[in-house]
Amino acid sequence: MAHQTYPTTRKRTRLDAQFDRISAREEAGEARSKGGSRAFNKFLNNRLAVIGLIIFSVIVLTAIFAPLLTPYDPNRIDLRAMLQPPSWEHWFGTDRTGRDLFSRVLYGGRISILVGLGSAVLAAIVGILIGVYTGYVGGWLDALAMRVSEIFMSFPQIILVLLLVSILGQSLVNLMLIFTLTGWGGIYRMARARMLSIREEEYVLALRSFGLSRPLIAYKHMLPNALGPIMVNITLSTAAFILQEAGLSFLGLGVPLSIPTWGNILNVAQDLRVLQSNWWVWLPVGTVISLFVLSVNFIGDGLRDATDPSQQG
Amino acid sequence: MEHNNDVILRLRGVKAHFPVKAGVFKRTVGHVKAVDGVDLDVYRGEVLGLVGESGCGKTTLGKTILQLVRSTEGEIVYRSPQDKETDLTRLDNEGLVPFRKRLQIVFQDPHSSLNPAFTIFGSLEDPLKKYGVKSREERRRIIGDLLEAVNMRREYMDRYPHEFSGGQRQRIGIARALSIEPELIVCDEAVSALDVSIQAQVLQLLMKLKRERNLTYIFITHDLSVTEYICDRVAVMYLGRVVELCRSEDLFAKNLHPYTEALLSAIPVADLDKKSERIVLQGDVPSPVNPPPGCPFHPRCRYARDVCRTEVPRLKRYQVDGHDHYASCHLIDLPEAAPEAVAASA
Ligand SMILES: Nc1ncnc2c1ncn2[C@@H]1O[C@H](COP(=O)(O)OP(=O)(O)OP(=O)(O)O)[C@@H](O)[C@H]1O
Ligand code: SF4
Ligand SMILES: [Mg+2]
Repeated sequence: MAHQTYPTTRKRTRLDAQFDRISAREEAGEARSKGGSRAFNKFLNNRLAVIGLIIFSVIVLTAIFAPLLTPYDPNRIDLRAMLQPPSWEHWFGTDRTGRDLFSRVLYGGRISILVGLGSAVLAAIVGILIGVYTGYVGGWLDALAMRVSEIFMSFPQIILVLLLVSILGQSLVNLMLIFTLTGWGGIYRMARARMLSIREEEYVLALRSFGLSRPLIAYKHMLPNALGPIMVNITLSTAAFILQEAGLSFLGLGVPLSIPTWGNILNVAQDLRVLQSNWWVWLPVGTVISLFVLSVNFIGDGLRDATDPSQQG
Repeated sequence: MEHNNDVILRLRGVKAHFPVKAGVFKRTVGHVKAVDGVDLDVYRGEVLGLVGESGCGKTTLGKTILQLVRSTEGEIVYRSPQDKETDLTRLDNEGLVPFRKRLQIVFQDPHSSLNPAFTIFGSLEDPLKKYGVKSREERRRIIGDLLEAVNMRREYMDRYPHEFSGGQRQRIGIARALSIEPELIVCDEAVSALDVSIQAQVLQLLMKLKRERNLTYIFITHDLSVTEYICDRVAVMYLGRVVELCRSEDLFAKNLHPYTEALLSAIPVADLDKKSERIVLQGDVPSPVNPPPGCPFHPRCRYARDVCRTEVPRLKRYQVDGHDHYASCHLIDLPEAAPEAVAASA
């Protein structure tokens, strides 16, 4: 398609010239819209998502750079400074053994975020590995995977945790293992559902008509088209796992108490006297947990809207 | 054009049924008989049209030929240029691989036929890899050549599908089907989704490629005016069966089957002198789950007799002007030709 030629009887208008420019640019390939940046722009236009991203970044950065932000060792016991209220010296006060709470919240964030994000990523990997393949091939393998996921999802998590803690012992890795075991089902189902809907797309049939192997078709060619909702799910389950870690640690079933985590900090608040008279022990860390979970949820919602093709604007 | 019986594909009694599941326990309560006993010979080098109303099983038959849908019964024999015959229905996925190279398909919907997550090169290179093109440079050269063969620029291989128009995507789909140099291509409504002017362009391209590469086409369409342009022979399908098969010029003037007659009368005629009576097909297409007994067309056929309600008419071979002409209707008043073509090879 070369440049348009016009009948000489008609005068060229400004619109013709504009049309020429557009078609010239199309020819040169400049008119391509970038799928990635469109979703990105949409995300940035979502105010809540941006606020979420800012809060998230602040908390993650302070956790990472904790040694630069606080001089205190989160585990150093100082019996001369027990249960002190917030002051210039100890911004969030100290706990019953005189450990600096600000420093514990920062260092605890490292572990809590690691547990949340790490479990979410591990669960996603397991869920994707199983869901993408079985969703694509269907048949008995798919039915089997579905039943297995149902068993895992219907098992009361707290009992599974008690069971595994008593078998494997209490440790960071075990906790992540437990979260992965109980959490892969959600992402598995989502990945499977996406695969079922793109399985009949004609490009998949075309790949099959070449006799390409099933894993190649499923993991390389189809998975990229299922990633949007999966990313959303990873963010949302990160938030859920952080809450669960806090809950389990509060009960003393989570990460061993010797490691500072947000949940373990809250653990001290089991004591009714602390709860009533030493608000600084639980309020700041509780607020940080809520802020973090909220921000991750905002980001997840923003991602969902930005990657949802039905809302492409 | 007469063919010296150089058959590339022979279908006998091909059926493709899909189970219908219902209830809590997903019991099979019936079957969608999408393809229900198709006999068909495809000759090397011809364009065979496949027409019929929506839902009559054209797409399913096309997919069954490529074994993208596994047939439930019957045989699909591929005959190589060296006269070696293989029944594709007996092969497993591994065994099918060598034949995947011979048979390809172009799809109807230009919007789902290309993977949105990959560039054209990214989508097309894996099949080439699979069939032995090891170096990336070589793959880029081949894909560039293919794009040029379908009148597009080589550089387009690095673009994403959303950057192309429907006609362009359809041409890319054709290029993909050509990439491993097949002998037969099933074109499933390859131009139906396009504007009329672009349809003509793509049809011309298909015919040019056929000449250059000695291809055989099975051309699925519901647009009978397209068949007149490009098909040598046309098979008319109804409820999963072939009811008439003849040269495309005979389809319009000398059709034998009442269904074909009704189907043709539904096309608006441009020529005003040629007043044709419009036969309205009564009622809907019967469900392929419970096809009517006897002739599947009898509930809508204006010639239906008692025998039509009980006895299934066989697809018989006749001679019309010295050419083979197959039809399945009880009322055809012609001598049946010697049955060797259908029966002897079966
Ligand atoms: N995977 C499937 N499972 C169940 N039923 C199916 C499946 N594929 C097709 N069918 C049914 O088989 C019948 C034939 O479908 P098919 O797509 O082959 O028709 P078609 O002639 O190509 O129609 P169209 O002109 O609309 O493309 C339809 O009734 C359809 O609903
Ligand atoms: S067999 Fe009978 S019902 Fe069927 S097409 Fe012929 S006349 Fe009509
Ligand atoms: Mg179809």
